[in-house]
Amino acid sequence: MHIDPLEKQWVQIALGICAFFIGIIMLDALFHNINAPSNVETIDSARLHLSEEFAEQNLGVQVDGEGQVVVRMIAGRYSFLPKEISVPAETKMTFRWVSSDVLHGVHIPMTNMSTMVVPGYVAQVETSFPKPGEYPALCNEYCGLGHDHMWSKINVLEKDEWQQLQLSMNGADNDE
Amino acid sequence: MMNDSVERKLALSHMSVAFAAFIVACILGEYQVLERSGIFPALESPAVYFASVSTHGVLMAYVLTTFFIMGFGYYTASSTLKIPVWNPLLAWAGFWIALTGVVLAAIPLLSGLASVLYTFYPPVQADPMFYIGATLLVVGSWVWCGIMLVMFYQWKKDNPGQNVPLAMFATTANALLWLWTSAGVALEVVFLLIPWSLGWIDTIDPGLARTLFAWTLHPIVYFWLIPAYIAFYVFVPKQAGSFLFSEEAARAAFLVLVVFSLPIGFHHLYMDPEQASGWKLLHGIGTFIVTLPTFVTGFTVIASLEIGGRLRGGQGLFGWIGSLPWTNSMVLAVILSLLMLIFGGFGGIVNASYAMNAMVHNTAWVPGHFHLIFAGTTIIMYFAIAYYLWPVLTKKPLYSNNWALVQLWTWFIGICILTTPWHVLGLLGQPRRISSVAYNNLLTLSWQPYELAMIFGGLIMLGSAVLFIYILAKTWMSDVSETENDYVLEYAEPLHPVKNLPEYLNDFSLWNKTIAVLMAISFGIPILQFFFMDTFDSSAWGY
Ligand code: HEM
Ligand SMILES: [Cu+2]
Ligand SMILES: [Cu+2]
Repeated sequence: MHIDPLEKQWVQIALGICAFFIGIIMLDALFHNINAPSNVETIDSARLHLSEEFAEQNLGVQVDGEGQVVVRMIAGRYSFLPKEISVPAETKMTFRWVSSDVLHGVHIPMTNMSTMVVPGYVAQVETSFPKPGEYPALCNEYCGLGHDHMWSKINVLEKDEWQQLQLSMNGADNDE
Repeated sequence: MMNDSVERKLALSHMSVAFAAFIVACILGEYQVLERSGIFPALESPAVYFASVSTHGVLMAYVLTTFFIMGFGYYTASSTLKIPVWNPLLAWAGFWIALTGVVLAAIPLLSGLASVLYTFYPPVQADPMFYIGATLLVVGSWVWCGIMLVMFYQWKKDNPGQNVPLAMFATTANALLWLWTSAGVALEVVFLLIPWSLGWIDTIDPGLARTLFAWTLHPIVYFWLIPAYIAFYVFVPKQAGSFLFSEEAARAAFLVLVVFSLPIGFHHLYMDPEQASGWKLLHGIGTFIVTLPTFVTGFTVIASLEIGGRLRGGQGLFGWIGSLPWTNSMVLAVILSLLMLIFGGFGGIVNASYAMNAMVHNTAWVPGHFHLIFAGTTIIMYFAIAYYLWPVLTKKPLYSNNWALVQLWTWFIGICILTTPWHVLGLLGQPRRISSVAYNNLLTLSWQPYELAMIFGGLIMLGSAVLFIYILAKTWMSDVSETENDYVLEYAEPLHPVKNLPEYLNDFSLWNKTIAVLMAISFGIPILQFFFMDTFDSSAWGY
């Protein structure tokens, strides 16, 4: 068998390039904890309204006991519910997405808030939005003939602006 | 010379089906870019658009490729081994089974009863005929796999101690790859989708279905790509007036491709919640390993070309490039193909990297990327193979080499104009698979100019595709007498004669076992988990 020395060198370079990229993804995954949504958590998509967590009054943005912002959203043909939410900028938050019907995907352009929403599973994504602004959340997996129309609005507000909004909304709730 | 009329007829029949599917799908492709752009309100209809994309995807990804690969494989087997195709009757049975499958699937596709796209993810459900047709296409291709394996092992038995010719070694490797690859989707269709669409079972687990599909979805692209690599190694060097730089490296490249393209499908599930991150990481590592054979292929092919360029008098670091025979359609195709592979390779690294993938996942970047690599790098080599084979198969001279060159250049230009803006749209956040832009958001204003550029790119490609069919048809129908011409395929000689080839570079049994182990590791628990977890199935949904 004959392998040219140049070819051997090239294979070593290619191995090096490979090892470099593998190193990066290992570093990200094991030390920076950059992982794709992978929580393997099941849920009955046909009975979301009966589930505690995804009952209508619990959807949208909530702050849990530890001060962590949690956003619960339902993907169903053809929108994400609630249709519009406001979240604080520069704040770590957890999105929890479920489908009430078929396969969907959701992506907020220019951000890494991206996940598939598979019926029967909860997709959890941790992220934060550095820049305030009005962002669309777009469905990015074909889900039926109305797929083009499936999107919602995410308002990313400055931290204090968002806090004020939270306070005034809670106030409004109490008045009722 | 052996009478090869049976083999020629087999090859021509398969390739005719492939290219008929191709031209129909190109017309649909151009309609799609027009519809998407939104500048022709009369065209707008999601129902027609998604029926069209489903048909276009199925024709390009499954029909063009599978039939081309089968036809090319039959002729490669008989011309390199110098034996007739084993059991031609069986080969024809495979052809008709596959063609029946295509027709059965086309009926619901074209009538809008299977607008589920070529990935047919449940719980959106298509007409049962669509799943049954797709299954028959795969069954027909299994017949081909069987015949390739029988011919490979029969020849080895009759020629002990000899090296199986490289072209046949790679073709058989592809047959083995396809058997393993198609098993995933076959399990999905036979045990989940068909019973469910016929109403025998009520519900389905979309997580399990997606996992089985991911088993197929990665290696299938290597099944499509391998004929292009075969041409790189066995045709290109000779056409460039050169030798194959290293046959051993070629064999190793094919083997690593086959073995490592299989256990890595979860990079299609990076963004999915039903698989845990450890498995994704494992498949992610494999995804980088499978780039190795492509690095090796790039090196070996370019080295072979360089020798050719220098033998023809080229000098200096890059002078040999200019002295290559650019007017040889095979050589021109490989140059353009490699150019597209280099651009596409960068895109591929972005997709394969976990963190960056989140930015582009399921955006317009993805179809942009695979039109570049698949419609570009791969299909341009299918063209070159067709130009090279057609005179041999029809025994008539090619209608026009100059038009063939024009066709290859225009395809390349069209691909560049179509896919560059498509990538940009993805970076600008446009999702894939939308028929119109309906989001009421400022972001979408920046999309319009790119949509327009895509129309022109597609138009150039459509023109090029028509020219391709025209050249083949003109060649076949010309009234030159068949008997006077005896064109033969010329296979490249290695630069260094291959001596003492180790058995593992001339056989598959070791690799077959390796694949079995790797597949058990990478897919075993991820599939079994669905039977141990408390999962909730979905019922069927229309669209
Ligand atoms: C005339 C040239 C072509 C044009 C204008 C074109 C255009 C398109 C468009 C607009 C889509 C829909 C993408 C979406 O909605 O996100 C599409 C899908 C697709 N194209 Fe092409 N295409 C062409 C040629 C090809 C070729 C040669 C191949 C491969 C051999 C190919 C393979 C595919 C596949 C597999 C899909 C399905 C993608 C999906 O379902 O997301 N196309 N094409
Ligand atoms: Cu959708
Ligand atoms: Cu893949």
